[in-house]
Amino acid sequence: MSSFRVSGRGRVDHTQPIQFTFDGKKIKGFKGDTIASALLANGIHLMGRSFKYHRPRGAVTAGSEEPNALVGTRRGPGRFEPNTRATVQEIWDGLQVNSQNRYPSLSFDVGAINDKAYMLFSAGFYYKTFMWPKSFWDKVYEPFIRAAAGLGVSPTEPDPDHYASRYLHTDVLIIGAGPAGLAAALTAARAGSQVTLVDENPEAGGSLLSEPSAMIEDVPAWDWVAKTVAELKELGVKVMTRTTAIGYYHQNMVGLCEKLTDHLASPDAETPRERMWRVRAKQVVLAQGALEKPLVFDGNDRPGVMLAGSAQTYLNRYGVRVGNKAVIVTSHDSAWYAAFDLADAGTTIAAIVDTRSEPNSDLIAEATKRGIRIMAGHTVTGTEGRLRVKSVRVNPVTGSTVGQAEMIGCDCLLMSGGWTPSLHLFSHTKGTLKWDDERQTFLPDHKAEECEIAGAGRGLWGIEAVLNDGAEMGAAVAKSLGKKAKAATYVVANDRPGTGVSHKELPTDLDAGKARAFVDYQNDVTAKDLRLAVREGMRSIEHVKRYTTNGMATDQGKMSNINGLNIASDALGVPQPKVGLTTFRPPYTPTTFGAFCGYHKGSHFEVTRKTPIDSWAEENGAVYEPVSLWRRAWYFPKDGEDMHAAVSRECRATRASVGIFDASTLGKIEVVGPDAVEFMNRMYTNPWTKLAPGRARYGLLLGDDGFIRDDGVIGRLADDRFHVTTTTGGAARVLNMMEDYLQTEWPNLDVWLTSTTEQWATIALNGPNARKVLEPFVEGLDMSDEALPHMSVAECRVGGFPARLFRISFTGEVGFEVNVPAHAGRALWEMLFEAGKKYDICPYGTETMHVLRAEKGYIIVGQDTDGTVTPHDAGLSWAIGKMKPDFVGKRGLARPDLVAEGRKQLIGLLTEDGKTKLEEGAQIVLDPNQPKPMKMVGHVTSSYHSDAAGRPIAMALLENGFNRMGETIYIPMPDRVIKATVTGTVFYDPEGERLKL
Amino acid sequence: MLLIHCPYCNQTLPELEFTYAGEAHIARPADPSSVSDEEWRDFLFIRTNVKGPHYERWRHFHGCGRYFNAVRDTVSDRFLITYKTDDPRPELSKLLEKSK
Ligand SMILES: [Zn+2]
Repeated sequence: MSSFRVSGRGRVDHTQPIQFTFDGKKIKGFKGDTIASALLANGIHLMGRSFKYHRPRGAVTAGSEEPNALVGTRRGPGRFEPNTRATVQEIWDGLQVNSQNRYPSLSFDVGAINDKAYMLFSAGFYYKTFMWPKSFWDKVYEPFIRAAAGLGVSPTEPDPDHYASRYLHTDVLIIGAGPAGLAAALTAARAGSQVTLVDENPEAGGSLLSEPSAMIEDVPAWDWVAKTVAELKELGVKVMTRTTAIGYYHQNMVGLCEKLTDHLASPDAETPRERMWRVRAKQVVLAQGALEKPLVFDGNDRPGVMLAGSAQTYLNRYGVRVGNKAVIVTSHDSAWYAAFDLADAGTTIAAIVDTRSEPNSDLIAEATKRGIRIMAGHTVTGTEGRLRVKSVRVNPVTGSTVGQAEMIGCDCLLMSGGWTPSLHLFSHTKGTLKWDDERQTFLPDHKAEECEIAGAGRGLWGIEAVLNDGAEMGAAVAKSLGKKAKAATYVVANDRPGTGVSHKELPTDLDAGKARAFVDYQNDVTAKDLRLAVREGMRSIEHVKRYTTNGMATDQGKMSNINGLNIASDALGVPQPKVGLTTFRPPYTPTTFGAFCGYHKGSHFEVTRKTPIDSWAEENGAVYEPVSLWRRAWYFPKDGEDMHAAVSRECRATRASVGIFDASTLGKIEVVGPDAVEFMNRMYTNPWTKLAPGRARYGLLLGDDGFIRDDGVIGRLADDRFHVTTTTGGAARVLNMMEDYLQTEWPNLDVWLTSTTEQWATIALNGPNARKVLEPFVEGLDMSDEALPHMSVAECRVGGFPARLFRISFTGEVGFEVNVPAHAGRALWEMLFEAGKKYDICPYGTETMHVLRAEKGYIIVGQDTDGTVTPHDAGLSWAIGKMKPDFVGKRGLARPDLVAEGRKQLIGLLTEDGKTKLEEGAQIVLDPNQPKPMKMVGHVTSSYHSDAAGRPIAMALLENGFNRMGETIYIPMPDRVIKATVTGTVFYDPEGERLKL
Repeated sequence: MLLIHCPYCNQTLPELEFTYAGEAHIARPADPSSVSDEEWRDFLFIRTNVKGPHYERWRHFHGCGRYFNAVRDTVSDRFLITYKTDDPRPELSKLLEKSK
């Protein structure tokens, strides 16, 4: 091991060495190390290149807020993840780690040219640099930006892992298992509450893991953590580690992402990689602590420049000294302790630079005892070193005067700009924040949910204060749940309380305009960018954020928000609370798509509805198409047939003899009750009173705006019973609409509505021989034209099954639709198919159904209509019961726009050459020679090749179409203009002769 | 995800079971043919679109199937009350008083 590992120190297991690779190079660490701690133990700070400028970067933190040390990790075939936080990912034998955003290598990256061109990439560069000349955008700027943009590379293979999803109900959810969270959990659990405690780290303890010298109730901090966790488990507390609370939603629902396998060398194949928990808690305690802020000065992003608290964590938790010679620069007392710990572990502290002129005298005494040089009232104005910091430029500050610079050599620079309460989750709840002048930060104010914030999250500092606050909050939530709770009082020895001040960018004697003083490391936003945004007119902090992208990276401004605010506030000349804070959004840390997806992937991504006859279609080679959630047989190709040939054959066979079609997906609603006919009269445009039981009618459904919503054949089975059919996609919508009117407008009507779509299998037989095939199977029904005319319905038995038999046609041929109980669907289909063989019966799919209906000019709602089409526009005025006092849509149809002349109307189109098939959706113009943009007067809604018509046919919605019969219109296409003639919509058997038996 | 109280089932259940159904207390005119074009337009299209307490309809779609009314604050998403369709429109001042 290298000299940076302190033997016997930290919580890593020094007896369990682990080997992984970084850019192909073998690296040794210990069990318990993160990638970052293991690299630092080997003296490696350079871990990545920045997003915009490709500047060399190292880990700046030791936690999930890390903006810089993002790496690609490979865990075996298909298991590649970009942007893994090196400061979070635990190492295991064989883990492959690669640096990102560099070419050809991390230490020499040609993209770093961007750094020299930084003037180009200043605030708002997306909006201005690349706007001129316009012709450069496609060819030059966009490819350049796309190549340079983005962090890491997306995985290319399907994700072989699986992800789980769970619900959890708990009395108390405590987020964060640091001192506040542990004390809160203990108090609430001792009071008898059911408690869940979560923490994103592999183990509980939080900041206590970095403070081993603290003594809690005379017990060393780490022992206290172990003892407490043991007691919690004994009390039945669910303790979840490696579990991040990613979002806090309404009514105390919290999303948790639990990582289960990423830390294991050979995970069990049955174990999901991650598990998403949706937790509903009666009470929530947010004990997420505080995040350390960087200081903003030129060169504050060089590898080796790191947060002081993180350096302390690397030392105490991982046994790693982050350097041999450190300079501390701080505005908060906490960094002094990091310096003391490092000094005691053998790192030379070249100086403690404190921006404050009079730091705490106890700290000065401690530093002096260790022989550390103290530079109070100083500023840092720059750093040097290409791939690692090698010196720091320090100047004294007197009032507003920055004095003579001094260069101090070092191999790491540890900074602290104070601490920001971690209130991201609190902000998700729309809880409000209030600026605290003394602490120079936002603290929680009004709560919008049943929650408490404990510890550093509400601005407290020091272990004792935080423990006691956690206990108080644990007692508070237990009491609100009706428990008797008592908060313990903790006494902590060797505590490290402290205070600090907050800064905008540090003062400098150099040209501030040239300073590369980073505020947002991940998005490469500097102090200068923020000031530029304000100069260029951005006033709201939300505008400044978007213009500069400050706080918009995946770390959601965890480190940059307050520094950015301080600078914007200074530039605007407005105090911080008046400037306000931008919105934190979930997730708290980047979360995999897999975790959100859970089980909903592959065949489970979406429900596939199958009809009772679907299996027959599959066995007989059907090609499917999705129709709403159904999969429907589209066509049945025979050997060597393409779609066109198959559809053409199916159409011919049906018109020549008989075709069989699975219509089971049709929506079906049973409308029953004494007032059923009155209800139907009110819902549908048609008159129903005089429709005799046993007869059927085409029904048209409008919205109250007068536009077509749905249609279908409706049979009256008895005075008080209708069998309503709807379009396949409209079934649920129509029933919902019927229920709405029935329940809320006409609650006095005595009617029941029942969806029966899946209770019936529906088989359609069409063609001149349809009756011959069907008749032998029908019992109890006279099938003659007189007894069962076109548009009638009867209850009978077909093939031994109880049936509802309709004589209706959606093809223009003699047609029957047999409804039998779903379980009998396939059996009856096979009987009919077998019997139909002597008539060359042909199974056909939805495409042939579409062609056959279009040849007859029958519309498909949603294809030939689009929600702005009236019955008159669609040529369906005949379906309106004009004598009825009211129906849904009647008043709407009288609206001025709906009765106006020249509306788009459904007409037929025949291309002039008789060969060209139009493109569905193509736009129609009257004059193809007019200048662009042309006036479009309609569009093609349906277009097919028709064997019956011997040519392509089409329908279209065309302005004033009914008055343009015989006129020529034009359809401009990318390569040519197509001429077509306006016709009626019936292309085959206009007299309806073929409907007769 | 919201928890919503169905006044018919008298249970508080996850939002997943419910569908939103637009503003409440917009009655379809009893005799549509007697209303003016403007009145019919208002019935079809004009909504209050409030920022704050909003009277609206929900349907317990994956439950009892009933439509019911609610008052929900569109800023906080908090439900002040849910009530049956034929219950009178609750007075806002009383609801706000109660929710404090
Ligand atoms: Zn209900």
